[in-house]
Amino acid sequence: MSLARHWRLQNQRYRLLGVQCEDCGARLFPRRQVCPRCKSQNLQRYQFGGEGKVYSHTVVYDAPAGYEGFVPYIGALVELEEGPLIAAQLTDVDIDDVQIGMPVEMVTRRLRQYGEDGLIVYGYKFRPKLKEAP
Amino acid sequence: MTKVYVVGIGQTPVREHWDRSARDLAVSSVLEAIEQAGVEKADAIYVGNALSGEVAGQEHLAALVADFAGMAGTEAVRIEAAGASGAAAVRMGCLAVASGLQEVVIVTGVEKMSDLTGPAVEEALVTATDEEYEAIHGLSLVALNALLMRRYIYEHHVERSDFAHFSINAHKNASNNEYAMFRRPITVDAFVNARMIADPISLLDSAPVADGAASLVLCSEKVVGERANSAVEIVASAAATDAMALHDRGNPLFLQGVYESAQRAYAQAGIGPEDIDLFELHDAFTIMGALSLEGCGFASEGEGVRLGIDGEIALEGRIPISTMGGLKGRGHPVGATGVYQVVELVQQLRGEAGANQVDGRLGMAQSIGGSGATVVTHILKSP
Amino acid sequence: MMKPNREVGIVGYGAYIPRYRISAAEISRVWKMGEDTLHLEEKAVPGLDEDTATIAIEAARNAVRKAKIDPQKLGAIWLGSESKPYSVKPTATIVAEAVGATPHTTAADWEFACKAGTEAMQAAFGFVGSGMVQYAMAIGADTAQGRPGDQLEYTAGAGGAAFIIGPREESMAYLEGSHSYVSDTPDFFRRPSQHYPTHGSRFTGEPAYFTHSLMATQYLMDQLGYGPQDYDKVIFHQPNSKFPVRLAKRLGFAPEQYEDGLLVPVIGNAYAASSALGLAAVLDKADVGERILLASFGSGAGSDAFSFVTTELITRGRNPLPGVADYVTRRREIDYARYARHRGKLSMY
Repeated sequence: MSLARHWRLQNQRYRLLGVQCEDCGARLFPRRQVCPRCKSQNLQRYQFGGEGKVYSHTVVYDAPAGYEGFVPYIGALVELEEGPLIAAQLTDVDIDDVQIGMPVEMVTRRLRQYGEDGLIVYGYKFRPKLKEAP
Repeated sequence: MTKVYVVGIGQTPVREHWDRSARDLAVSSVLEAIEQAGVEKADAIYVGNALSGEVAGQEHLAALVADFAGMAGTEAVRIEAAGASGAAAVRMGCLAVASGLQEVVIVTGVEKMSDLTGPAVEEALVTATDEEYEAIHGLSLVALNALLMRRYIYEHHVERSDFAHFSINAHKNASNNEYAMFRRPITVDAFVNARMIADPISLLDSAPVADGAASLVLCSEKVVGERANSAVEIVASAAATDAMALHDRGNPLFLQGVYESAQRAYAQAGIGPEDIDLFELHDAFTIMGALSLEGCGFASEGEGVRLGIDGEIALEGRIPISTMGGLKGRGHPVGATGVYQVVELVQQLRGEAGANQVDGRLGMAQSIGGSGATVVTHILKSP
Repeated sequence: MMKPNREVGIVGYGAYIPRYRISAAEISRVWKMGEDTLHLEEKAVPGLDEDTATIAIEAARNAVRKAKIDPQKLGAIWLGSESKPYSVKPTATIVAEAVGATPHTTAADWEFACKAGTEAMQAAFGFVGSGMVQYAMAIGADTAQGRPGDQLEYTAGAGGAAFIIGPREESMAYLEGSHSYVSDTPDFFRRPSQHYPTHGSRFTGEPAYFTHSLMATQYLMDQLGYGPQDYDKVIFHQPNSKFPVRLAKRLGFAPEQYEDGLLVPVIGNAYAASSALGLAAVLDKADVGERILLASFGSGAGSDAFSFVTTELITRGRNPLPGVADYVTRRREIDYARYARHRGKLSMY
């Protein structure tokens, strides 16, 4: 188990910190050193808001090792309000209630743990938007 | 640049070979291929393998294969590109021979998966994805493909059952291939009722990961000599990449890597998709079959699944696919699959495909690594 | 009575309650204990991917949004809990990182059974009141443990509430004063490496809960020169439905004073978040100028009492930020089997 491997990703995992291309305006998550759209290396930190819509979804029944305790769980591609897609789990929602286009918001949850005596990895998941803006 | 010929093929049945390790399987297929080729030594052995370290704690596989094939001393290197490892090894062989730097090379694809079971299999396969931004979320390789399939169904207004024809075709063709894992036909009913792995992908959408090894002997124009009249030529070898993660692709439903790889191969061969007589595609999942047909220009976007429904993918159809069972029917020994595909094309183009013989001159094989990040395409021509 | 020289108050707060519920009737179906003894309808159960850290993070995020402050100005993140994900390694640093308060801040976990959250709050008042920091966040959060079949299993819930303490002039409710009353009373405890707490049954009542809560509350009211009639709302620790009601009556409070803050019938006892969530629920509904009394209780034992008065800022951010009622009404009922799975009572290995 590598501790640093997860620790170094906290900005992304806890807070959806990405980058914005200063040249073409592309907003990117995760962060990159080169803009895939215009090849610029002038990328600055960009804070994503955590709201989006479900682009696609799946229910995982056969999980990779480390995730068996969560099955069946919902995987999704979420289209963030700022543009990019992000892969994550959906949480606090019943399997039959998930639909493409459903508004969701980011929450921080346990992604996995490395055994009872190991590291707990926290990170983003998405849930149905709790409350609509008035 | 010299032409590249396939003068020998070898393959083990794709099975759960409980009693055989990766080295045993690889060596068997190498010996078979070199015997058929009538060569005693090679300038190099290129070993395609995706997961020997993950599965068996055995990296540095190529030297081991060379050693146990009785060829210690020969240059040997392992090529890794996830599910496209075998095809990438074929391409390395092509590059070596075409460049004139090597005259005879052996290409082997080998994978030993059955030493892992259950969740450990998914854990190994998911190493082909973006670990930090896909796998950490518990998204298996199956799940990523399921995300594509769900979106495809949504955008193109098709039914899950429409994908059944890919699996039915694969199983039907596999039943005549003694090397195939699943030699029994399946029905639409069985497809519709199969157990879900990652909804909407069920057991019958997915190729079984299994054990197997396949080998080729490639040689130059000079070495092939008079045998050129009976040898299958590799007329195109191309590779391309796409964004690693699904979420980083502009349009996840169009496999840009598949498109680029195929276009490069067509350009090398001086042909278009209409000239291809049969296509061994990467049907690890039915959705990959549909998207591959679209990316390679056999169908427009959203129409790939139609080729299955309309019977165009059958042996007698417009573009026969998975003619010896494909990944779904023959089985998918991950890093070996790309070599199996080429071996099967050689069988077809030599007229050795038995009941599954397709009447054709040009065959294409394409392997996909991960969810589409590496795509390697070969086009072979009959003697 | 404790009160800092500098006037302080609550400048923002936030709550979180998990989505899942198990009813007392469902627990009773398994253990046949009789479902009505504790007057509880149902309790909140954390999801498979929730723990005290994730609960605290959402409560803390809601608090930051309510306060409308730059999280970098939080000089302290203090978390009180008896269900820390790590025995050694602060949960508070996880929360601090998630809300964007790191790295120039202090963070720590607090322990005093069910009053660890208010204990952190009291310290935060002192920290801000002394001028050492501009803002400090105190959180009470728990995924409460109860042994299967034990009376506690009917009540042990989950939830969290976070309070950002700052200067009175920015406050939604300012502090009039606080008092704590503690003694060495072993009414309820959990030894290291034990999953479930041990409790003294009826011993947890009179000598523990009632004595400490009564003494802290009465002393604070006496010092402030107030009686029960001076308070609009009152919140006590809620180990079950009976204790806080009986306590309120003994102190002379009427149902309309304690009902807004009484959440235990619908979410159970969220341990360190119990009275803190009650305060959040009261603040969610409060008008300007209401006087509010809060008295927590922690086994072992002690009680922290506080007297607040709401300001004209009290309605800030009421919409669209989720309040306690939004989380209470967001509910998905589960059966005992699924509950057992959620609470790690099914061993997979």
